[in-house]
Amino acid sequence: MSGDSTQGHSTQGHGTQGHTVADFRPSGQIQFGIFFQGVNSGTVWKTPEAGSQTDFESFRRIAQTAERGLFAAFFLGEGLRLREHLGRVHELDVAGRPDAQTMLAALAGVTDKIGLVATQNTTYNDPADLAHRLASLDLISGGRAAWNIVTTDNAWTGQNFRRGGYLDHADRYTHAEAFVKVAKEIWDSWDDGVIAGSGAAESWASGSGEGHVFARRVRHEGQHYSVDVVPRLPRSAQYRPVLFQAGDSPEGRDFAARQADVIFSAHPQLEDARSFRADLVERTVAAGRHPNELQIFPASEFILAPTEAEALEKKAWVRSQQIGPQQAIAFLEQFWGTSLSGYDPDGPLPEIDPVVEETSETRGSGFHGARARQLADQWRAEAKDKGLSIRQFVTAQSARRDATFTGSYQSVADHLAEYARDGVVDGFNISPWLIPTGLDDIVNHLVPALQERGVYPTEYRGSTLREHLGLPVPARD
Amino acid sequence: MSGFLILEADGAGSHPAAWRASRTAPAAVLGPEQLRDVALAAESAGFHALSYADGPLPEGADAQARLNALQRAAFVGPLTHAIGLLPEVDTVYTEPFHVATQLASLDYVSQGRGGWLLAASDDAREAAAVGRSVADGDRRRAEAGASVEANRRLWDSWEDDAVIKDVDSGRYLDADRLHYADFQADLGDGEGYFVKGPSIIPRPLQGQLPVVAPADLVSEDGPLSPREVDAVLVSAPSLESLRPRLAEAREEFGPRSEGGPALVAELDVVLDVRGLSAADRLAALDAATPWASGRARFVGTAEKLAETLADLLGLADGVRLHPAVLDTDLPELSALTLPLLRSRNLLRPTTPGGAFRAVLGLERAVNRYSTEAARSVAAGTGAQA
Ligand SMILES: Cc1cc2nc3c(=O)[nH]c(=O)nc-3n(C[C@H](O)[C@H](O)[C@H](O)COP(=O)(O)O)c2cc1C
Repeated sequence: MSGDSTQGHSTQGHGTQGHTVADFRPSGQIQFGIFFQGVNSGTVWKTPEAGSQTDFESFRRIAQTAERGLFAAFFLGEGLRLREHLGRVHELDVAGRPDAQTMLAALAGVTDKIGLVATQNTTYNDPADLAHRLASLDLISGGRAAWNIVTTDNAWTGQNFRRGGYLDHADRYTHAEAFVKVAKEIWDSWDDGVIAGSGAAESWASGSGEGHVFARRVRHEGQHYSVDVVPRLPRSAQYRPVLFQAGDSPEGRDFAARQADVIFSAHPQLEDARSFRADLVERTVAAGRHPNELQIFPASEFILAPTEAEALEKKAWVRSQQIGPQQAIAFLEQFWGTSLSGYDPDGPLPEIDPVVEETSETRGSGFHGARARQLADQWRAEAKDKGLSIRQFVTAQSARRDATFTGSYQSVADHLAEYARDGVVDGFNISPWLIPTGLDDIVNHLVPALQERGVYPTEYRGSTLREHLGLPVPARD
Repeated sequence: MSGFLILEADGAGSHPAAWRASRTAPAAVLGPEQLRDVALAAESAGFHALSYADGPLPEGADAQARLNALQRAAFVGPLTHAIGLLPEVDTVYTEPFHVATQLASLDYVSQGRGGWLLAASDDAREAAAVGRSVADGDRRRAEAGASVEANRRLWDSWEDDAVIKDVDSGRYLDADRLHYADFQADLGDGEGYFVKGPSIIPRPLQGQLPVVAPADLVSEDGPLSPREVDAVLVSAPSLESLRPRLAEAREEFGPRSEGGPALVAELDVVLDVRGLSAADRLAALDAATPWASGRARFVGTAEKLAETLADLLGLADGVRLHPAVLDTDLPELSALTLPLLRSRNLLRPTTPGGAFRAVLGLERAVNRYSTEAARSVAAGTGAQA
């Protein structure tokens, strides 16, 4: 990309003080990203249209469909240990996925415009190595790479790594922040234009760093790691990878407000999203940045059809696929801590009490902490009250954290136009419930409906992800 | 016996001053076009594999930026169809769990054409970058041995049919067909690490990716035995010394028929091109920076090179070529050397969609946990790594 930064809203003067909450400007637009989840309970695998979760063809097809729909970005998640349920590998959900950066490097060759976002944690990676790999992806893709920063801190994942589970929960964002600062320094260490224009030059690159003439050495001495590295790559067309952050705690939000370009949130529904925006605008301003400098892309699911009624019918079917009888029982088992296979999924909730004190979700990235017996009492009362079976109760339970937009193409487009007008979010990160065809209806029907309303791009703004998102060129760290 | 050829495709070429003689701008080695062009040219020439070097920046006037090798291989994976992809991946300063997933992923994006060119870094700069101490000779071999074993266990940790998608029982996976690696690495002096597993990606398409190791990491009684690798890179400082070295290596690592690794001879190549003699080209490049590679070197015509390769392929299973300047030497290799070898039936055919293991004469690997493996153990024929 070019060095000029004239895109979109006014974002000049980042890093300077004096921005206020009132400086926030709705962009009037929304964009889409696709989140190819890999390991999760939302991807429907029981239907014949469900394709492979690992074949390159699935990734190629969905990435190219997203690009046809002018999606800003293609995301891959990360989980570095297989989930377990009651002491065994969890069997019921889609599981097993390729390494994010390796897959994205391959997709770089078969796509032209779409951004390529790798979720990578700051705990079980080395900063110099991760920064170098992301810089490689950024160059290979012509400036389309991004890093979705996550902070896995469970000792359980650490069992797969040399350092083991070494990080206290309280330390993870201090650790993450130091990590990201080192990465930024690495990406900013090469002056621009130092590589020779031809073989006639005196050296391949020239500049003023120590040892190597063109790169500044990056050093960090910290509690958990030390880095002393001569960075190996120059800046890319978008200067450095775009930074996404996924994490919801106050510490996580402040970290994003200081360091990230986009927050990948869990707040898609309108009122919730509105207060999340207000909160982030405050935090971003408090961090000394312009409030538009941190964009928001909530995780979401879309269930669409030509009419409202068909969409509702489709949603019921999707839920029945996601929450079958075994899934319903397993959902309760993670709170009860014991096998409930003797219970009828269409009968009432178990009368026995949990065998654990604290609940633990099927081990993955998240852990629960609620008191198990209390929760069981509460749930039994609620189910009895409403006359719900196990399966109905679990379905209702998951509806509470529903990130779904259900409706006709036109009505959902109207609803999203409202988000765009108010600037509630900058985009939605869509998790398709079907792989690899799960974006087809969105791209074929919803995108044109949004374009008609003038709230969705009609072409890519440039060639880099930073340009698609209208983000300013980063100042050197 | 026909053999295979690997092309080392790092940067502008293997000569440190290659960037001076290249027709493309120096920065082009960092862009997608050159990566794609070189891979497609090598594939249509009939090379059996591409290798990509990795490691820190060299010092001095020729210090060039370098993209991560595994990502270069992954990038060209979907763009090519028959050529093996062999990125160099370090075993000392990398996490075996990450390496195993990344290489397995390479296998998926290339439809089973991934391989692992093993490195064990003793570079102080790589150590400093991750805040570790430098690995000495024994430590390097111990790290390499442990990393290979951890990778192989993780690749086998999913049986081939672990994804069952059984709608009736609601099970996507069969947990009985997934296995913990529970790998305890012993690095000497009481040091080591533990890898739990299973992998987070199903078994690679080839079952096990071929592991290609430099000879100095492999020894019968060392942490990395010849049976744990699929091919060994054999190098000697001159063509004269390379021949006896190959014979020695065969002796040392055991015959192919008994599970010994394939031998790959390492060769630098400078060819006569467009009215310029190879010797003159080399002199001009060396005047900028002398090429001290430590490998045997061929300097001459493309036809003569075919004779040399024919000779080497009688002693080795394959040869890895390190062309001085890629965009100058590769067209010559494509137009003359490889066709000559092919006309004499000295090159294995390459097959679109073929596995890299097949190039090395290997079947798809049997999973150590499979019933097939159990049967062969019972029959006393041993399971394959
Ligand atoms: C929308 C969203 C997506 C996430 N995706 C991942 C992921 O793919 N891998 C992962 O390890 N953690 C993921 N996380 C978890 C977060 O990185 C973080 O560990 C978790 O939210 C706890 O952090 P917090 O206390 O700041 O909320 C995700 C979180 C959110 C909100």
